[in-house]
Amino acid sequence: MKHIFKIMALLVAIAALWIGLLQTSMIPQSYALLLPIYSVVTLGCYGLLMVGVGLMQFPTCPQEALLLQQDIIEAKEFLQRKGVDVGSG
Amino acid sequence: MEEQHKNGGNKYSIIVPTYNERLNIALIVFLIFKHLRDVDFEIIIVDDGSPDGTQEIVKQLQQVYGEDRILLRARPKKLGLGTAYSHGLKHASGNFVVIMDADLSHHPKYLPSFIKKQLETGASIVTGTRYVKGGGVHGWNLMRKLTSRGANVLAQTLLWPGVSDLTGSFRLYKKSVLEEVISSCVSKGYVFQMEIIVRASRKGYHIEEVPITFVDRLFGSSKLGGSEIVGYLKGLAYLLVTT
Repeated sequence: MKHIFKIMALLVAIAALWIGLLQTSMIPQSYALLLPIYSVVTLGCYGLLMVGVGLMQFPTCPQEALLLQQDIIEAKEFLQRKGVDVGSG
Repeated sequence: MEEQHKNGGNKYSIIVPTYNERLNIALIVFLIFKHLRDVDFEIIIVDDGSPDGTQEIVKQLQQVYGEDRILLRARPKKLGLGTAYSHGLKHASGNFVVIMDADLSHHPKYLPSFIKKQLETGASIVTGTRYVKGGGVHGWNLMRKLTSRGANVLAQTLLWPGVSDLTGSFRLYKKSVLEEVISSCVSKGYVFQMEIIVRASRKGYHIEEVPITFVDRLFGSSKLGGSEIVGYLKGLAYLLVTT
């Protein structure tokens, strides 16, 4: 099944649930009518929160850049001894 | 999978596409040989007609390490990453294929952990991820991090891919799996990496992750402009309706 159909099926299920809620009037209709707006806002907030958390916890590795410099020096020495042209650049 | 002596007769073909990487390709070859000591492997360099003499350096490296270990499979002009992989794949003699970038943002010291993970789990694909403990990125500014996180959250929410790092390209594949999946991929650039892993995931292949670090040495040059973002969104939509 194409992924878009999975997502559409999920949306249809949610819509059906919402219409069901409207019909049965388990909660006041004025609240029930606003539920879709609340869910869109919630989804947006979730997205922003995930981006924010991801940014704050963004894993960085400054020590790796230093280690790489050492590796480059080591590689250049070896390759120069073997006659590989790594002089410039 | 039973862990046999060393790597149990497995051979790894490491495909490295290059364009104007004359210094980096020498460094990366040295580092691969340094970190993969008891492993049967070959390095397949797919050079797209670099004008800076990359191929000359590769020939010098063949003198040092042997022409059976370093294969130069050049193409006449710049033809793109996706086709570079299929081109290299045609010449691969191993039963496993590793794909990595030539610019040293992918460090060969992680190769043993890819191989170990595959032997332990029997996975069809082992993909390097920057976004877990032990992984990381160096050299990105705030804007670059923000777009990366935003793109990732969007893809995770819409595609449910089952892997944490979709656009990284440092991966180990069973050769047969890569051959099968790559034939159905049509995208380019970032989206191509995403398409391979999403299609493989949909086909039910076992995918494992290992942490890698990513050192961006091209400071300040943000490779993500407006057109890349539009391209990414198009790719996302394309994957939504075709996978």
